Amino acid sequence: MVKIVVVTSGKGGVGKTTTSASFATGLALRGHKTVVIDFDIGLRNLDLIMGCERRVVYDFVNVVQGDATLHQALIKDKNCDNLFILAASQTKDKDALNEEGVEKVIQELSKDFDYIVCDSPAGIERGAFLALYFADEAIVVTNPEVSSVRDSDRILGILSSKSKRALEGKDKIKAHLLITRYNPGRVESGEMLSIQDIEDILRIPLIGVIPESTDVLQASNTGTPAISLNGTSVSDAYQDVISRFLGEDKPLRFTNVEKKSLLKRIFGGRV
Amino acid sequence: MSLLELLFGRKKATASVAKERLQIILAHERGMNEVESGKPSWLPQLQQELVDVIARYIKINKEDLRVNLERRDNLELLEINVTLPEKEGDNVSAS
Repeated sequence: MVKIVVVTSGKGGVGKTTTSASFATGLALRGHKTVVIDFDIGLRNLDLIMGCERRVVYDFVNVVQGDATLHQALIKDKNCDNLFILAASQTKDKDALNEEGVEKVIQELSKDFDYIVCDSPAGIERGAFLALYFADEAIVVTNPEVSSVRDSDRILGILSSKSKRALEGKDKIKAHLLITRYNPGRVESGEMLSIQDIEDILRIPLIGVIPESTDVLQASNTGTPAISLNGTSVSDAYQDVISRFLGEDKPLRFTNVEKKSLLKRIFGGRV
Repeated sequence: MSLLELLFGRKKATASVAKERLQIILAHERGMNEVESGKPSWLPQLQQELVDVIARYIKINKEDLRVNLERRDNLELLEINVTLPEKEGDNVSAS
């Protein structure tokens, strides 16, 4: 049975595309046939993060409008046989996607894939709405920061009132909280909302905490999903997210301040 | 934290201010959204939890329990309707 997962947040720049790329890659690496769709029409970026920007010939809108087949538009990941990418279009036409067209594409993908990951654009307009409309589960990406938490709350309201599941009175979308750009040091000194603070406010179960890290920029620079930067805290944290999503019990990591050694104190963090 | 900060005192802890501000504004906004849609967001959860509790004693399905909240001027009416399963031909309904 296919599972449709939307990665959403309301606010921009919190790590939706980074998370979509890593989440889809992680599922595929564990043997699940996965497709990740960029819903950010007009501002295509998932292709860059996944490192397949030069292989985009046809996109999501081409498929919806019948100008290309799904088979032509799906880009196979270069490192993982189970992973496919459906790029967003660069058209400026805001109405390029519609509910029926998206539903048809999702139905067709449902025959072949175990997971469909929908990378939502920021905001609450058409693209964001269509990304979440068909979802079974949602990953709500939140930064420990007031505007991000507020927007996440707004998105949770939309998930529980405007999604297909909500409108058809089915079991509601299972929403998971993913906290990204978390800085334990700043939390300890009382400068940043803690995991507990965000959980208290949003009241949905936590699926993971991704520490703030310079590695994320390195990953996007090279078009490698952050989960593939083996040995980094970000990669390990995303692997834990996958494990928890698949039902394993994993304790949180990288959420407490690391004790620095004397050498690190002297030479800085890069020793 | 740098040595200077240690010597001259910490920066003001602002996270608690952030949490308090968020709690206040979100309580307000959640209320507004409920007015827009006419239904509070906690209604489905209330329904599920009631079903879970009742199901411990009587076998019922999710569809057998309906909750509804109505507002008339200053009056709020929470209606919970449970249809109990048929038992030896009887049709028992509690409201």
